[in-house]
Amino acid sequence: MTAIDPSPNHLQLTRGGQLRHFLTLDGLNRELLTDILDTADSFIEVGERSIKKVPLLRGRTVVNLFFESSTRTRSTFELAAKRLSADVLNLDISTSATSKGESLSDTLLNLEAMASDMFVVRHSQSGAPHFIAESVTPGVAIINAGDGRHAHPTQAMLDMLTIRQHKGSFAGLKVAIVGDILHSRVARSQIRALNELGAEEVRVIAPGTLLPRDVEDLGCTVEYDMARGMKDLDVVIMLRLQKERMEGALLPSEREFYRLYGLNQDKLALAKPDCIVMHPGPINRGVEIESAVADGPQSVILNQVTNGIAIRMAVMSMAMGGQMAERQQKQLEREGGRA
Amino acid sequence: MTALLDINPLLDELETGLRDVLERRGIDNPALIGIRTGGVWIADILNKRLGLKQDFGELDISFYRDDFSRIGLNPTVTPSSLAFDTEGRDIILVDDVIMSGRTIRAAMNEIFDYGRPASIILATLIDLGARELPIQPDVVGKVLELETYQRVKLRGPEPLHIEFQETGQ
Repeated sequence: MTAIDPSPNHLQLTRGGQLRHFLTLDGLNRELLTDILDTADSFIEVGERSIKKVPLLRGRTVVNLFFESSTRTRSTFELAAKRLSADVLNLDISTSATSKGESLSDTLLNLEAMASDMFVVRHSQSGAPHFIAESVTPGVAIINAGDGRHAHPTQAMLDMLTIRQHKGSFAGLKVAIVGDILHSRVARSQIRALNELGAEEVRVIAPGTLLPRDVEDLGCTVEYDMARGMKDLDVVIMLRLQKERMEGALLPSEREFYRLYGLNQDKLALAKPDCIVMHPGPINRGVEIESAVADGPQSVILNQVTNGIAIRMAVMSMAMGGQMAERQQKQLEREGGRA
Repeated sequence: MTALLDINPLLDELETGLRDVLERRGIDNPALIGIRTGGVWIADILNKRLGLKQDFGELDISFYRDDFSRIGLNPTVTPSSLAFDTEGRDIILVDDVIMSGRTIRAAMNEIFDYGRPASIILATLIDLGARELPIQPDVVGKVLELETYQRVKLRGPEPLHIEFQETGQ
């Protein structure tokens, strides 16, 4: 589990290059990303056994801290932790302590005092998990379950696992991400992962109003016309139109969006015949994707959900392993210092 | 200094020993499981020698190791693969070397997560002693008592051989 430049400043990695927090894919090299995918492959096998549980995190406490609502992500993180034999606490923070005026730091310090080993954090503020790992509870492994518009690294990695399962490798692949790139933390993490893992081309297809400024700098090409963008694709990833994040008139109408950027069978036919269709969910049928495509033979949307559990098991066990190896190392150093 | 130890007499010993145990216990349809990586190589050979019709299983015990809290997750974990149901089966568990017994404990825990076997017979190519748990193999290819400066390692799969090293202390 070596990674580029495992300097002590690198918050996510131990000095030995092991993962100890999982905040962003930035700074993680191809080797580490591949380790995560390989480990997840082994956890997929665990999910097929009669007893779908391994004892890796037995006696550890994982707290799901969701400052923003989520069903799929929270429940797959919960299942992943339970299949690793951890004790799991689910906190819907938006309706609990903070409404009584307790600060974020105080809430977290209290949870740490309950001997928590890992926080799975979803927050509407970009950088919140990073802040917690750096300044609030550095001895607790922090897993980013989506922060603002910044990153959603476990979603991107489960997408990479799904692509690798269906395509074998990333070399030579042309992948498009379609829709609301502007509000999507998933898209940012996906572009980063696809580039690091060696995809040939990452394309974003969207109207100019739903693209961040200087989007090419993320490492992708831009296409405004969907028919042109679908050409030669191996993978098409549809994004959800994030209505709750829409401020101002970014779109003429949902109908107009569907006509131009919705994925239907006619548009899918322009891609390679074995092109797979992905969507991080939840799906808006008839807004960004047609039901016949979402439920069709090229759709791998439900594979993504199953793979989400395995990826989260991999990331949680690797980060917890890194934290514990680090604690052990510090203990040895303290003893060495006394001797 | 590196020397080689002839593996064939050890494999013969394992085969004879296993046939003997199976006969005494009246087991006619056992299933073999090898522990990665060395145990898998030995299981492959024993499966052929015993004429078992079924493929042997492969266990990767990384998710069951008792030293996870000290060293973290093994980065080279690969999926276990058992093509048969362990529930009610007579299992022959195979590893290359037994020492502390911790690997075998982890492997047995993992096997039980696939289903409750009728019995488990433990066969190891080499027994180095130094046990830390009350686990003993039923069949052993060879018992070796090593000095602290000596190491033994199974190399394979082709050619499969035992390397015997002296670290020069």
